Amino acid sequence: MKFSLGPSMFFWPKQEVTDFYQEAKTSSADIIYLGETVCSKRRELRAKDWLGLAQDVAQDTNKQVVVSTMTLLESPAEIQVLKRLCDNGEFLVEANDLSAVQIMHDLKMPFVAGPAINCYNLSTLKVLIKQGMTRWLMPVELSGDWLKTILEQATDAGIRDQFECEVFSWGYLPLAYSARCFTARSEDKAKDDCEYCCIKYPQGRRMNSREGERVFVLNGIQTMSGYQYNLINEMPALDAMGVDIARISADSTEAFTQLDNFRAQLVQPTNKVLDGVVECNGFWHKIAGMSVA
Amino acid sequence: MELLCPAGNLPALKTAIDNGADAVYIGMKDDTNARHFAGLNFNDGKLAKASDYVHERGKKLHVAINTFAHAGGEERWQKAVDNAVAIGTDALIIADLGVLDYAATKYPDVERHVSVQASTTNLEAIKFFQNNFDVSRVVLPRVLSVQQVRQLAKSSPVPLEVFAFGSLCIMAEGRCYLSSYMTGESPNTVGACSPAKYVRWQETDKGLESRLNDVLIDRYQPDENAGYPTLCKGRFEVDNNVYHALEEPTSLNTLELIPELVKMGIVSVKIEGRQRSPAYVEQVAKTWRMALDRYQHNPENFAVEGEWMNTLANLSEGSQTTLGAYHRKWQ
Repeated sequence: MKFSLGPSMFFWPKQEVTDFYQEAKTSSADIIYLGETVCSKRRELRAKDWLGLAQDVAQDTNKQVVVSTMTLLESPAEIQVLKRLCDNGEFLVEANDLSAVQIMHDLKMPFVAGPAINCYNLSTLKVLIKQGMTRWLMPVELSGDWLKTILEQATDAGIRDQFECEVFSWGYLPLAYSARCFTARSEDKAKDDCEYCCIKYPQGRRMNSREGERVFVLNGIQTMSGYQYNLINEMPALDAMGVDIARISADSTEAFTQLDNFRAQLVQPTNKVLDGVVECNGFWHKIAGMSVA
Repeated sequence: MELLCPAGNLPALKTAIDNGADAVYIGMKDDTNARHFAGLNFNDGKLAKASDYVHERGKKLHVAINTFAHAGGEERWQKAVDNAVAIGTDALIIADLGVLDYAATKYPDVERHVSVQASTTNLEAIKFFQNNFDVSRVVLPRVLSVQQVRQLAKSSPVPLEVFAFGSLCIMAEGRCYLSSYMTGESPNTVGACSPAKYVRWQETDKGLESRLNDVLIDRYQPDENAGYPTLCKGRFEVDNNVYHALEEPTSLNTLELIPELVKMGIVSVKIEGRQRSPAYVEQVAKTWRMALDRYQHNPENFAVEGEWMNTLANLSEGSQTTLGAYHRKWQ
């Protein structure tokens, strides 16, 4: 099994992004995803900067670099930037909206179907493969059993060799996208006048219940899980069902440590006790996502 | 511009048609649709009756099959498509790409509408559905501003339908797992958000508390109106500040946008609320019919009447309405 570093979903200053990917070069990740997936107003790095960064990482390492793209696209201007990223001529692209699927299909280029593409079953998988999908991340709300069923069906249908399967395995889960910016709202600002305030929150803003329970993390127009998802104990099961890649999300530099931990877990599995106050694995076990099974 | 009303049962469907709906949308009695609630929706016999009632009056019937088909359970969604076609539905409202593929291949002559749950917010995504499934309508999610809807309507090769009134989803529909994160069940997988079986009400010293799967969603003082604990409409704490961190309990109401929507060429305005009573359907259908007719007869002098707004506000969550994302300031 390979390990990937997912795209960072937070808004960091340019220098910090650059530093992060310098460190990522020496990490144990086999695959590095990078790019803005949440908000087009975040312009510390523009399309050309992300592509430059991708080139830089690819040049210095033998890791596969994948350009991740936006999830909620609402304007022609955003589509223009998306087209530019898709038509980069060099790197595989992660599509997080069907617009990117359409563009990649027009370009006759392969793509990764990211976690925001709603692929819940074999028929949908077949549709996406026909469009050029070569790697699939299932929606984060789905369980291990659900995945196992689809992978078995894909084997029976003789198409299992046409795509790689990647599973979101560690980090804050991307749960929802809105027209509204919740970070701006938390500062009593309108989205059109947000002053890019999410840059002040490199780990998003915690949204707790009035009893102090970490319910969600506000990250601009995105709502994330309040707990970090952790499938470290499920690594042998993922491996056994033929998952090709485990994704460690780029929440912070802790991701680099987790990449090592997860890889070690495959070699020598030990049961890690999850901390139910900050971690969760419920989705995989088909219970409330925020729970620990 | 078509007035498309919801119906959770036969009485609501008849009420909608009798009060001016041009078309009604319904779902089946299982998890193939996004309003899968106890005591709601249509079994095979009722489906046929619904179809007869609508068609005898020259109106149209849309069937929503708009959850995502389960791994290993796809036949249920395909069967739903078969049943809807068998009773003569005028349109299938579908979100799942696999189900769309099935419907387009097996029943190319039955209209396919892209459900709001498919979260289609831009021209390239619309092209995707047009190229692959030859769809005849796209229902836009409630995340676009009026300017964005106008821009899209200008360039879209497929006619567009928008939400006009009802409960307000603040997230891009079909892209929200908040409910399954808290309860294990989501609109995408089981056709319900913040399901009632996880709701608990409790009188405490601090006030009346609403919980969803044990998570405190809201706490009410005696003078406050308590609302259903839809998890995105509770009060939460961000850095010691307690407020509606995502959204207040409020409903979408776009009566005042009628002239704009007509000018843009929007083909249909959809009323939310298959889970609501026939009385709700009656009031909303009647009010919207009146407003649409008034506009049609005298577009230059169209003005929203206070009484219409009052009627609709009274049917709304927290008795308040908003233009939602259509109005950029809301965002």
